[in-house]
Amino acid sequence: MSDVVFDWVIPGLKSFIVIFMVLNLAAMLLWIERKGSALIQNRIGANRASVLGILPFNLGFINTLIADPMKLFTKEEFVPDGADKFVHSIAPFLALLPAVVTMVAVPFGDSVELFGRTIELQAVRLDVGVLFISALVSMGVYGVVLAGWSSNNRWALLGSIRGSAQMISYELAMGVALVSMILFYGTLDMQAMVRAQGGLFLGFLPNWGIFYQPVAFIVIFVAGIAESKRVPFDLPECESELIAGYFTEYSGGKQASFMLSDFAESVMVAGLVTTMFFGGWQVPYLSKAGLELPGMTTALAMPALAITLMQVGAFMTKVLFFCWLQILIRWTVPRFRYDQLMNLGWKGMVPIAFANLILTALLILLLEKPA
Amino acid sequence: MSPYLFYPMATASVLFALAVVLAKSPVRSALALVAVMSLLAVQFAFLQAHLLAALQIIVYAGAVMVLFLFVITLLNLESDHGVGEKPRLSAIGFGAGAVVAGGLVMAMAGLVAPAARAGALPEGFGTTVVLARQMFGRYLVAFELTSILLLVAVVGAVVLAKRTAAENSEGVTGA
Repeated sequence: MSDVVFDWVIPGLKSFIVIFMVLNLAAMLLWIERKGSALIQNRIGANRASVLGILPFNLGFINTLIADPMKLFTKEEFVPDGADKFVHSIAPFLALLPAVVTMVAVPFGDSVELFGRTIELQAVRLDVGVLFISALVSMGVYGVVLAGWSSNNRWALLGSIRGSAQMISYELAMGVALVSMILFYGTLDMQAMVRAQGGLFLGFLPNWGIFYQPVAFIVIFVAGIAESKRVPFDLPECESELIAGYFTEYSGGKQASFMLSDFAESVMVAGLVTTMFFGGWQVPYLSKAGLELPGMTTALAMPALAITLMQVGAFMTKVLFFCWLQILIRWTVPRFRYDQLMNLGWKGMVPIAFANLILTALLILLLEKPA
Repeated sequence: MSPYLFYPMATASVLFALAVVLAKSPVRSALALVAVMSLLAVQFAFLQAHLLAALQIIVYAGAVMVLFLFVITLLNLESDHGVGEKPRLSAIGFGAGAVVAGGLVMAMAGLVAPAARAGALPEGFGTTVVLARQMFGRYLVAFELTSILLLVAVVGAVVLAKRTAAENSEGVTGA
């Protein structure tokens, strides 16, 4: 009985929680984007459809989270003439799937002791966690390429070609920066990376990866935004030139899943950056022993459940912060020109990532004694 | 690996592999090939070779096939060049395929001896550490030679591409 619970029910539950969280956070981001952009641009933003007129003010929850999706999913699904119908209908799923599944490798909390067993708060503990993520990121290109090609529309095809070229280019910089992080932590396991970020740096700062690898952080974050195809990297969509780019010929639920996959990719980038550079679920000065501020001689003991809850909350807060940061960037920086985008990718990010990799490798070689 | 997982996945892999050859549209062929590679990666993962599974997806499904698909959609290849159009060519193709398949069967008949299947997995089988020890220890020379081979291929491709581009532009100015 208990074996069944620990082998099937709990892993299933953990995967469900992670995927549920990603999908809901992605939908929430839609609301944050609508209302947040209104704040940035000094507009009121979505404010229709109140709750039975009860609330004195309306934050637009109902519009963006209930009314819009309902409208989208009940709309007519339109497939253009001459389109490859099968490919046209699987492309949205191929775009959405990798973005949603990636987060299963990201740990959202420390291990918990339950009925004498240790449960990692991570949907799947993979020996090759980082590679799993980069594998799924590289699969994300298919949705874009196939959507544009199968639509039988020049603008859609142009958008998808731009998209695939952009994603391949930035994947390279991201991959090289990830290698320098793998070298730095000496592991591919995400949970081990987060564990390594416990404790203190210079005696008072949390021991987070950002203090050791700021360059890799910038490369991975920028490449991540480019991978999620959002402004300033939204050349594949680029509504002023290409109508809506690769998903021009999509309507209703399929179009919604492209939108959702962009937001799910934002969540994925936030999760990745949080895990590698900002301590994942680590709360500064908090360890299994309790709270210990610098200068304190003994740790302030806390119940294990409180510590776990604080750590999961810290992970969620950090992920939300980086999602918000991406939306801020999206509404602050104007779109690149295509040559600027390619120059930044190949002449900027890739050489910087390689220089950072070589420097990291040299420092590790010099500072660490061979085992 | 449980046979309940292996046989459905192996059957699906073979069906997708057939679809690669038989599909009319080049994009669907490419997609079927992606499916074959993904299914192979899943099988590697079930056989505890997690690193191999991840690399299979990154290299083949994520890089090689994306480039193939990119080129196919860019050129917008028409689907009217089927197998059936050139019977002599397809006969040669089937013959070569049969020879390769026969060779594989003969090679594997020797490999899958009962003794090889029965043994328990060694400690840490398929993990990155163990694989890296093998690659950078026992097989270092072969590994480094392969990387040089790939580098030569890359340089060769660039040189060939440059030469044809130069010749084409000369042809244009000459005309």
